[in-house]
Amino acid sequence: MFRKLLAAIVTVGVLGFAGAAQAQEAADAFVKRISQEVLETAKSDKDIQSGNQQKILEVVQAKILPNVDFQRMTSLAAGRYWREATPDQQKRLTEEFRDLLVYTYAGAIAQIRDQQLEFRPMRNDPADTEVEVRSQVVQQRGEPIQLNYRLSKAGNSWKIYDLNVLGAWLVETYKGNFASEISKGGIDGLIKTLAERNKRLAAGGIKTGAKS
Amino acid sequence: MKSPSLLAPALGLVIVLSGCATTGGAGSGDNAAARNPVDPYERFNRTMFNFNDKVDQYALKPVATVYKRVLPSFVQTGVYNFFGNLGDVWTAVNNLLQGRVADGVTDVMRFAVNTTLGLGGLLDIGSEAGLQKHRQDFGATLGVWGVQSGPYVVLPLLGSSTMRDSVALPVDFAGDPWTYVNPDPTRYIGTALRVVDMRAGVLDASNLVEDAALDRYEFIRDAYLQRRAGKISSNRERGADAAYRALPDDDDLDTKSDNSSSLNGGATAPSTEPTGNKDAQQDKAPAAPAASGNQPAFIPAPSGEPAK
Repeated sequence: MFRKLLAAIVTVGVLGFAGAAQAQEAADAFVKRISQEVLETAKSDKDIQSGNQQKILEVVQAKILPNVDFQRMTSLAAGRYWREATPDQQKRLTEEFRDLLVYTYAGAIAQIRDQQLEFRPMRNDPADTEVEVRSQVVQQRGEPIQLNYRLSKAGNSWKIYDLNVLGAWLVETYKGNFASEISKGGIDGLIKTLAERNKRLAAGGIKTGAKS
Repeated sequence: MKSPSLLAPALGLVIVLSGCATTGGAGSGDNAAARNPVDPYERFNRTMFNFNDKVDQYALKPVATVYKRVLPSFVQTGVYNFFGNLGDVWTAVNNLLQGRVADGVTDVMRFAVNTTLGLGGLLDIGSEAGLQKHRQDFGATLGVWGVQSGPYVVLPLLGSSTMRDSVALPVDFAGDPWTYVNPDPTRYIGTALRVVDMRAGVLDASNLVEDAALDRYEFIRDAYLQRRAGKISSNRERGADAAYRALPDDDDLDTKSDNSSSLNGGATAPSTEPTGNKDAQQDKAPAAPAASGNQPAFIPAPSGEPAK
């Protein structure tokens, strides 16, 4: 049931934001703005803190989905297999990977309590079209968690295409998983595995962090 | 952490295995084409990973879950701070060995302040005073000195490691003040508390990985190796901003993955260490603290300038 909900939300979200005009904004200001919005929403909303999957998915749809280039992310993670896939397979793979990341990200949002974000000064040329934004999540207990983004410029706006948590880039880390699944069952096998995982995640709801 | 006597047989096993180093193809023929260059001991590692998982699932995780839910948070924080404080001693030594003098001095000051004003380490006054916490171990020091990481190894109970880091472990134990605590029961209880506290600290993260990873073993291995290589290359670039790496090009990725096996993860991990030095020369920005989850000291967003 939630899978259909997710599909509907994503479709509406993508269409709805097609016309969003974004003023020329520096990449780090962009990431900062979005992260702060998500953080504030998560901290102030009791439903989110208690793990209400629908609410969280809405936040993700509204604030995050339009700003991520999932196709590029998927093609990078699939590596050379991307070229071997048919356009239909590419589309399905992108969708399934996107859903997996959305559910995972939603799980992370459900764990937000009192963390703060700190951004490092950006070292890129304003004229660059591909940049890296570096930040860290400061939490009460434990060392700060490194959180970096890779963005590329699409027209007037930025889109995220890779994420680094604790020193590991998402695309890089998924490459191994993708490659083994593909070598076992081809691209369709990978799509099927992702679809099954997404079904399970949709049914299982979001695991929240316990009192910390 | 764990007492040295537990590690000796484990390390012995690893060393024996290196003698029977893989020439590929031993065992299941269907995997012969998929051998990963960074993980020649994959079969052993997977077995160990599954063993660790079972121990975690039936013993450690339930205890850590209860610990997290039941114990008042100031007690948990106290435990975390106390052992973190002991860890700062060895971290200081390693930072100095790596030539990271500013960080090393910070760690010494942290230890001094936290032990005296912080009631023997229970309070983390140092962090509030702006002395950022670091974490270094002897394996990282060896890496900075130029020792290659060697293959990926999963240690019993301790989890992900590399050949170099496993060999460095006994040195880490020797440098851990808790090893020298005399009444044995006290030491064991403390170690157990420390381990449970650490596990409780990563409970949420481990739940996420369970959802996100298609193959947990590979996911954890690839993430760990990236992280480790990144930490060492950033440690090498003293003072320079080290996380900068050339952004992947779609073409670059295709050529990399066309090499040899269908598992591409291999080519990248060992090569990240030398690339780190090359990128240091491309560095245009003024010296900024090295970036790793454990390292940087900087002031929050408004001013945007690093503290060092």
